[in-house]
Amino acid sequence: MPATALTCRECGSTYPLEAQFVCSRCFGPLEAQYAEHPSAGDPDAIKRRIQAGPQTIWRYADFLPTDRVPTLPAAGPGGTGGLDGLPAGGTPLVRADRLAERLGLREVWVKNDAANPTHSFKDRVVAVAAARAKELGFTTLACASTGNLANAVAAAGAALGMPVYVFIPADLEEQKILATGIYGATVVTVRGNYDDVNRLCTEIAGERPDWAFVNVNMRPYYAEGSKTLAYEIAEELGFQAPDRIVAPIASGSLFTKIGKGFREWIDLGLLPEGTQVPIMSGAQAAGCNPVAAAFDAGHDVCRPVRPDTIAKSLAIGNPADGPYAIELARKTSGTISEVTDDEIRAGIKLLAETTGIFTETAGGVTTATLRKLAEEGRIGRDERVVIVITGEGLKTLDAVRGTFECREIAPSFDEFETIAEHRAEVTA
Amino acid sequence: MAQVTIKIPTQLRSATGGEGTVRAEGETVQGVLEHLFTAHPELRDSLTDSQGDLRRFVNVYLDGEDIRFGDGLGTPVADRQELQILPAVAGGR
Repeated sequence: MPATALTCRECGSTYPLEAQFVCSRCFGPLEAQYAEHPSAGDPDAIKRRIQAGPQTIWRYADFLPTDRVPTLPAAGPGGTGGLDGLPAGGTPLVRADRLAERLGLREVWVKNDAANPTHSFKDRVVAVAAARAKELGFTTLACASTGNLANAVAAAGAALGMPVYVFIPADLEEQKILATGIYGATVVTVRGNYDDVNRLCTEIAGERPDWAFVNVNMRPYYAEGSKTLAYEIAEELGFQAPDRIVAPIASGSLFTKIGKGFREWIDLGLLPEGTQVPIMSGAQAAGCNPVAAAFDAGHDVCRPVRPDTIAKSLAIGNPADGPYAIELARKTSGTISEVTDDEIRAGIKLLAETTGIFTETAGGVTTATLRKLAEEGRIGRDERVVIVITGEGLKTLDAVRGTFECREIAPSFDEFETIAEHRAEVTA
Repeated sequence: MAQVTIKIPTQLRSATGGEGTVRAEGETVQGVLEHLFTAHPELRDSLTDSQGDLRRFVNVYLDGEDIRFGDGLGTPVADRQELQILPAVAGGR
């Protein structure tokens, strides 16, 4: 673990690598700091170290603030494989020519993080947070969640033999609640929205110092897991950066860490000389748009909103990393857009019909944002664009219920022919 | 003057002698905080910037409601309400 300290992003105060997330001087967020990379100055050696690693986020262990769950007994009889059964990362980056063609773009790639063990990018951040929680001696895992994180924490806790408490808004999608409870986690449904849940968990974390809340007191470690998305995209493109990334914004943490991942690799010389951090385009739902609204208004801070959107995993009305997301979008000449619920549904269908990837509503927001930018001519014709799909469509089935029709027939060939002819007319 | 209870986050309790709950009075959130700072001066720098505005990672709730949904620091307070100070925490979902 090359991390050396936690540093306040606001005032620069430093703290030891413990379960602390807030600067006690100015209340700013803390972020992991690292020692110089062991092979700094020799990019080829760094690449070899990476390529010798497993096909998971742990091939980037030199860039993460923890070791790989070192305290677990070895896998095998009498032992446990720990998180080995939940290999986070190593998800496909697929070229989406049919999607590109539909939008009049030249080159679009889809980073499909629904392919993670619990079907969202949250397995990346949880792996890092859970590993660090083990190192620090915590015995209980917990989180505030809109669903995907709850799934990932519950599964990780089961693999590690740790009790899990998850706190979620009571009106969450049923699939996400089921996919948490099944692992044996204690699911606490809170009457309120995510911001209410988050407030409660921040308070509980302060009063329960023996609990590792992955996205509260473990946050500086947790957040670093998102950087691996940038590393993987770059590595899958042959150690190149794309021209633009389109990624969803909830709290703003994922978005900013993707930018950080590219910055780190550029600084280490792993990407071709002259490479810039990609143009960063953030995607929000119109029903929960605090970062997009602040970006449009030229503000540096976000005014909170009360969320009302089908994209519940992005429904954070009070996004703490919003200011940093705005800063990153501006620095890279990027954008932060919002799309309506109807556009989100259409985005889910568009991605599914052109790539075979069924995304949850957050991916609908991302795809709809790509479409909007393309239609408005805000993406250069020759740009290489990567869209980040953060979760699986089976978790948000209600959002797309009724968007297509089935054709019922009797078991008769003649009746089938009628349908087939009708189908041919419709698609002609 | 309304009497309110203020919940102090664990990170700032060294300034209140370890107390998690203190009492203060005022007519608005601003007034209550000023009263709090008089009793516990170290808190002023942690919570407000040189302009006297709340730092951008400080969230304040009145009976569970973010004061930014009201009039911010100008939000009026009533007797027996509870003011809660918490750090903004992201990285969620």
